[in-house]
Amino acid sequence: MDPIHQFEIKTLFPIARIGATELAFTNSALFMLIALTVILLLTLAATRSRALVPGRLQTVAEMSYEFVAGTLRSTAGSEGMKFFPLVFSLFMFILVLNVIGIIPYTFTVTSHLIITVSLALLVFLTVLVYGFWTHGLHFLKLFVPSGIPIYILPLVTFIEVLSFLSRPVSHSVRLFANMLAGHITLKVFGGFVTMLGALGVVGWLGAILPLALTIALTALELLVAFLQAYVFAILTCIYLNDAIHPGH
Amino acid sequence: MAGDTRETDDREQLPADEAALTARFGRLADRLSRSRQDPAPERGQAARPSSDPTAIARGFRLSSELVAGVLVGAAIGWALDHWLGISPWGMIIFLLLGFVAGVLNVMRAAGVLPSRASGPTGPKE
Repeated sequence: MDPIHQFEIKTLFPIARIGATELAFTNSALFMLIALTVILLLTLAATRSRALVPGRLQTVAEMSYEFVAGTLRSTAGSEGMKFFPLVFSLFMFILVLNVIGIIPYTFTVTSHLIITVSLALLVFLTVLVYGFWTHGLHFLKLFVPSGIPIYILPLVTFIEVLSFLSRPVSHSVRLFANMLAGHITLKVFGGFVTMLGALGVVGWLGAILPLALTIALTALELLVAFLQAYVFAILTCIYLNDAIHPGH
Repeated sequence: MAGDTRETDDREQLPADEAALTARFGRLADRLSRSRQDPAPERGQAARPSSDPTAIARGFRLSSELVAGVLVGAAIGWALDHWLGISPWGMIIFLLLGFVAGVLNVMRAAGVLPSRASGPTGPKE
């Protein structure tokens, strides 16, 4: 009945102990492994036949490739394609984790802030390192818009820096909050069904409405699962674009 | 010699189909390369069908950009207050600056402002 219970991290078995920190294999790690296995099997099985006219699985793999490649090309240009492995891995990982999370009795890894923050920081640091590595100090031009009067330039630069710093926050919180809120809503409406169902015949009639809502919400969650993975990927592309072409 | 003439004869025999096919291949390749190489118009708001996920994705973006800016401003302000002991000025100033940064984020995400870098074809322009 507790809608938060589904997000509980459980230790399945301990792995090692470093100082006071115990490293354990949790249900979160288990579902990440499952997602990796699904992606691996999908791509391996899809590329096994290598037919010119693709079968069903191969179509799925080709569509996901084309989709991510198209997104990356349209936002970061063809120079951005060197980051294709990163963006594709992020997209597939988040997408599979989100979709697996919709299945009842599974664990939604992306509903934990620590996971999404790690992924967002990975992108953020990639942008910083690659930007400074390829452009050196010219990368700082990103924060200095051209054509601004000199007397408000410090203020504008400062706001640009703040805006840049807010990126990993919005990047990670968006995914985390959407998954968390969606799953809590689903659980609450599901709870209504069981509570009303316990009341007898009148309750059964009353339970129709939350049951219908749960079904509708599940469909919505499927859309959100895909869209959040897409938003994460496209924002990664946009941020990488800044690293590849920092302003003028 | 005889073989040569026969070959040309063969080619002559199915000219209409071959020519049409080559022309179609040419047009197809042309269209493919155009749709591959011409990503620029997709960045703007125009020419997107409504079923495209981009519109909903942008909606999801807008809702969180502002909050992120304010949160980062508040966090920096709080940290400065904490370390420098200038409470409440750090919070006041940085919250406002964070709000401005959030509005900037939203305007960028909505495409009202041009984004920082001028897009995929930036340096070539």
